Amino acid sequence: MDPETKTKLARQFIEAIPFSRVLGMQLDEISEGRAVCSMPYDTRFVGDPDTAVIHGGAVSALMDTCSGAAVMSHPDAPVVTATIDLRIDYMRAATPGQRINCEATCYHVTRSVAFVRCVAFDDDHDNPVASAVGAFTADRGKASRRSSEALS
Amino acid sequence: MKRPEPVQVIKGRREAALTGLVARVPYIQFLGVEFDRRGDELTAVLPFKDELIGNPALPALHGGVTAAFLEITAIIELGWAALWDEMETGRIAAEDITPAAMPRLPKTIDFTVDYLRSGLPRDAYARARINRSGRRYASVHVEAWQDNRTRLYAQATGHFLMPAPNG
Repeated sequence: MDPETKTKLARQFIEAIPFSRVLGMQLDEISEGRAVCSMPYDTRFVGDPDTAVIHGGAVSALMDTCSGAAVMSHPDAPVVTATIDLRIDYMRAATPGQRINCEATCYHVTRSVAFVRCVAFDDDHDNPVASAVGAFTADRGKASRRSSEALS
Repeated sequence: MKRPEPVQVIKGRREAALTGLVARVPYIQFLGVEFDRRGDELTAVLPFKDELIGNPALPALHGGVTAAFLEITAIIELGWAALWDEMETGRIAAEDITPAAMPRLPKTIDFTVDYLRSGLPRDAYARARINRSGRRYASVHVEAWQDNRTRLYAQATGHFLMPAPNG
């Protein structure tokens, strides 16, 4: 599959995810192994009532989706993936009222696993809110093996 | 000898405390997470709804929903453990258990989720175990399952910064 078709498929898949739509997530950029996503501030997503700071769980949904998009768009990974594990470090509270942006890079793909790094920030781009590392499935399965065999 | 309090009084106080703790967090309401209490033991319940789907093809719960569900379970467990002590030792009187008097919730330092199976489109349950709770830091493990308690669909470990006393 050529990179353009792959990116298009990944975009269609990400934009059709029900929970991402509910969070108002948008896919801002997607290219080979790299994705940029963002999400608006919403009072429904608040985790700390005393400070109105968004819940870590809302940020993790954005980071998980963005990481998945990075995997799907990678030239060596299949368009289907699932999270194996995701570790998120919360560096500071996101500023209430500001959009959360996320940049994910799929930096290595083996025959069965894709490795991703991801950073989230608000308007202050130099001072990240959270960072994450994750492993995703990259199992090409029988169907795609068959199609690649047909090509050779 | 002082007679023990009637069971309804004790239950009422504990329920009010738990409700007060949970109702203040908008994201818990947004996801629809509820808590089942047996004595001091909490089980978090995530009733299924279509908008929680992350992969419509399977279909499966969104990984971010599962992560949030587990993180909420850990945070409420820590808040509840602190509140329980205050309540049972009588440091907080029944009439003071109001939403405004609830303790500040701990802040997540890091959270690692292990996705063991894909989350099915049905209710999920989770329980947290506080492995260490110091004055400043806490380490919590959470397990989540759907139909079968012994077949976990996700587990997580997280570290939390405890709120400064009276701060």
